[in-house]
Amino acid sequence: MITLGQVLLLAAILFCISVAGIFINRKNVIILLMCIELMLLSVNMNFIAFSHFLHDMNGQVFVFFILTVAAAESAIGLAILVVLFRNRNTINVEELSSLKG
Amino acid sequence: MLSQIQLVMPELALLILASFALVLDTYSSSKEKLLTFRFVQATLLIIICLILFTTPDTQSYSFNNHFITDPMSIILKTVICIISLVVFFYSHEYLKQHENVRGEFFVLGLFAVLGMMIMSSAASLLTVYLGLELLSLSLYAMIAMHKESLNASEAAMKYFVLGALASGLLLYGISMLYGATGVLDLQGISIAASSGIDSGMKLIMVFGLVFIVVGIAFKLGAVPFHMWVPDIYEGSPTAVTLFISTAPKIAAFAMTIRLLSDGLQDLLADWQGMLIILSILSMATGNVIAISQTNIKRMLAYSTIAHVGFFLLGIISGTASGYAGSMFYIIVYALMSMGSFGMVILLGKKGVEADRLEDFKGLAKRSPWYAFIMLILMFSMAGIPPLIGFWAKWFVIKEVIAMGFVWLAAVAVVFSVIGAFYYLRIVKLMYFDEPEQMAAIKASRAIRLVLSMNGMAVLILGFIPGALMALCISAIT
Repeated sequence: MITLGQVLLLAAILFCISVAGIFINRKNVIILLMCIELMLLSVNMNFIAFSHFLHDMNGQVFVFFILTVAAAESAIGLAILVVLFRNRNTINVEELSSLKG
Repeated sequence: MLSQIQLVMPELALLILASFALVLDTYSSSKEKLLTFRFVQATLLIIICLILFTTPDTQSYSFNNHFITDPMSIILKTVICIISLVVFFYSHEYLKQHENVRGEFFVLGLFAVLGMMIMSSAASLLTVYLGLELLSLSLYAMIAMHKESLNASEAAMKYFVLGALASGLLLYGISMLYGATGVLDLQGISIAASSGIDSGMKLIMVFGLVFIVVGIAFKLGAVPFHMWVPDIYEGSPTAVTLFISTAPKIAAFAMTIRLLSDGLQDLLADWQGMLIILSILSMATGNVIAISQTNIKRMLAYSTIAHVGFFLLGIISGTASGYAGSMFYIIVYALMSMGSFGMVILLGKKGVEADRLEDFKGLAKRSPWYAFIMLILMFSMAGIPPLIGFWAKWFVIKEVIAMGFVWLAAVAVVFSVIGAFYYLRIVKLMYFDEPEQMAAIKASRAIRLVLSMNGMAVLILGFIPGALMALCISAIT
């Protein structure tokens, strides 16, 4: 039988992987978008686990909202990516450094 | 059911009118998109009337405790709409200068206003999240709309990634709170937190609280979660920087109060310490790094970070009067920031932004009146009496002292003195340096009038701070 603690641990590991991915990744903006997606999914896993073990539907409803927002978010993210690529001909994270000081 | 609809009337009307504006925009063929612009302005005026006249000013919950209407939400929504109205005036001028007027800009702006209104009225974790995302997604798109600008696309990407990271952290905290209490509405969370939960649940709540505070700090731009602020302020078109630095700050205040005060007031001892660290770091970093900036947008970005540090002082005190002080601070900050970026737009010329500090050289000789308005704005930001910025600092510092944090007040005063340097440098550039160019300022009569009124508001409110403060106190209690 899977316990609540085990599911939460898995979600926490996924969350850490996604945050680490955002900070460590220096190559590709698309990987950043994937990390953001993974982060939201790990939160979803948290919600579903709590919802199941608390016998409360609210958490699952929240998950649907997160999924919807995540779809809108990646649509806008990819649109910005296209604009960026047209302007710079690169999506390398390290080359996004014209703004600093 | 009907009364529930009545409570969300302003939001509902805004949603319908914003969607209609999107359709109307396709029929607006003029280059300046005057039709859409006027319609959007009229929409905001209608919404202000609806907020003031149709919503009851007693505290009432609707939609299964997801939505709250209380004096605070009414006042914040009204201020957000008024500020957005003025911001759109400035933005239209800027977009005309750059021959890049697009109706979608104003429509996205309206959706952002809708997001902010939902945040002000959020009574559950779900509505906080949805309002925040509606606001953020509109802002990302507004920055990226300047498709040819290298800086704008880079700023949009950075804002998107860091904004999504912040929402992710906030959501993780929200999921923990839900797990600990089993409810989503803030009222229920507040009851669960105060009714003596066992230590294991308390631990999960505090764990979630850390993530929520980090998420809030990201959205406010408090150090050490401030990295995005300078880049986004500098890279975005001034029209969008202006918007980001004003109304969303008020929405962020609403979010802070809803989550920390309405929901987690019983964990005050836990979040107070975190906010003290954020506040001191913000005041220090913002004020010190701003000194070395040569780009005024970037300088104002660091000034925002410093102001966020001061703003947090009122929240730290954890009392109703402290929250009122913070509300006063953030409204005043929005007013001053709006004027300062408005000035950058006013000085801009066709296709050229006046965002270097040198652009302000000798402004007193070119235009004594606008130099005087900039002087008022800078003095007010520095916190020199009797301007309104002084009273804002006065009220939050007074609250912090009342709660026994005298040392924190001393730190705040020291950093506000350091901060005065870079505001006064602009005054020096305007009044004591020779201008690089003598060209008269070309700007439409509308923006001149609005900017003058903005400057005068900062001056006049400084003489009657009691009126605005009374309003803030009535909002919180």
